[in-house]
Amino acid sequence: MSGINQFLMQLINGLNIGSIYALIALGYTMVYGIAKLINFAHGDIIMVGAYVSLLCLNTGMPWFLACIVTIVVCAVFGVVMEKLAYKPLRKASRISLLITAIGVSYLLENAFQLIFSANPKPYPGFITLPNIKLGSISIAANYYVTFIVSVVLMVVLNLFIQKTNVGKAMRAVSEDEGAARLMGINVDNTISLTFAIGSALAAIAGILYSNCYSPINPFMGSLPGIKAFIAAVLGGIGSIPGAVLGGFILGMIETMVKAYISSQLLDSIVFTILILMLALKPSGILGKSVKEKV
Amino acid sequence: MSNVVLEVRDLGINFGGLRAVDGLNIDVEKNQLYGLIGPNGAGKTTVFNMLTGVYEPSDGTIKLNGELLNKKKPHEIARKGVSRTFQNIRLFKNLTVLENVLIALDTQADYSILTGVLKLPKFFRQEKEMEEEAMRLLAVFGLDSDAHTLARNLPYGKQRELEIVRALGTHPKLLLLDEPAAGMNPQETQSLMDAIETLRNTFDISVLLIEHDMKLVMGICEKITVINYGTLLACGTPEEIQTNPQVIKAYLGE
Repeated sequence: MSGINQFLMQLINGLNIGSIYALIALGYTMVYGIAKLINFAHGDIIMVGAYVSLLCLNTGMPWFLACIVTIVVCAVFGVVMEKLAYKPLRKASRISLLITAIGVSYLLENAFQLIFSANPKPYPGFITLPNIKLGSISIAANYYVTFIVSVVLMVVLNLFIQKTNVGKAMRAVSEDEGAARLMGINVDNTISLTFAIGSALAAIAGILYSNCYSPINPFMGSLPGIKAFIAAVLGGIGSIPGAVLGGFILGMIETMVKAYISSQLLDSIVFTILILMLALKPSGILGKSVKEKV
Repeated sequence: MSNVVLEVRDLGINFGGLRAVDGLNIDVEKNQLYGLIGPNGAGKTTVFNMLTGVYEPSDGTIKLNGELLNKKKPHEIARKGVSRTFQNIRLFKNLTVLENVLIALDTQADYSILTGVLKLPKFFRQEKEMEEEAMRLLAVFGLDSDAHTLARNLPYGKQRELEIVRALGTHPKLLLLDEPAAGMNPQETQSLMDAIETLRNTFDISVLLIEHDMKLVMGICEKITVINYGTLLACGTPEEIQTNPQVIKAYLGE
């Protein structure tokens, strides 16, 4: 009986971390789809979100206001990052963009270390709803709130991309930037908007993550960022349902490995998955394999 | 004089040391079907790329209804009323047929994200109107029955037609068709010719087309410009062009 309970608990843990990975992976995959760029600084937006929300909460701001400010700040931050670091390189080779993205990531981590010091800062969790009892197990508020918020955001995002004209423009740019331009789509604005949405999602992920895993530090975004990247690749980079699926699968694998195999081997196993995926099916679970026409 | 929709004067472009187009003049009148022909590599698509803002001309002027288009960005030119299709089809292949047209219509609607997110009733009404218009446009080529098919699953000839419909979606004053009949069989070419005539009359637009299929060009164009090595070789009615010795020389050799 307790074996089953333990398994259920792990399942819930997996859904929790999985939904955070999925939220971050969405940003990776959207930016990749539109700008053909793996934005390695994307994970650090989580950290920016965590610190901004911490600062807001410390001023005594109510939590919902703190969340809104954080989301707006991170969205603007993402747009500025694109304009300053990536836009000038849009015609450069992919590898230059990739290296720039790594540079931006280090820049953010070290700048925040300089400002806030490397010491972890306790995060005042503000999700204070009661636990939910399911049979003999009880689920902490952090866990179910994270899951619900993530799922709602994913559904909204999907509707936005499928149904609205801006979403259609995004898909058009991702398919053929040149043709989209000639159909009257402002590609620059569309790219900015993509960065804004991706960063806003990362900000929310940062807030949720900090609520679950206080304290926060300037390097907190790095590992979840890389894991979310693996999730995006696993699901098929560029594919939105793929990012969600990859996030949940990865969260689940990670939790189960931690619980039943070895927490020390955790990261090696996760990265092995990435290597295997890239070797066996580089287009990912839901990705389209592109066949070169000759 | 005010009848001229597109006025191109002394248009030229350099790619490094190469003078790809030089001193080109074109006047496309309102409601005119105009052909731009020339041997391979003559610079026809380069002209289209300058007209749509993809390339910036090194010299000369491009005016649409008297308004200077030089230095405008492609999406601005598209919104001003110049729309085009491509030599190699460039549809949004993973979007549906309907969505391809809606994207073009959307850019004319001057939407804002806020309209989409906040003014919901207005937004839905507008969406519905656009969908109806898109279906009307698709019906011109009988594509309305395929509205919810992904563009990539359409047969080749229909993909070409969809590209024209998508271009019409931006409500152009001038439609540029880059080899619309490429890869089509004679029957498809014939129905395409009819369709181009029809849409010119229905939508009251000017059409400038590049084509290798002489039957199509001579059959529907009222005026033709021939270019070779980026310079003007001849300009006139189909009859004049067909008997012009320089044109014959350029196409067939001595």
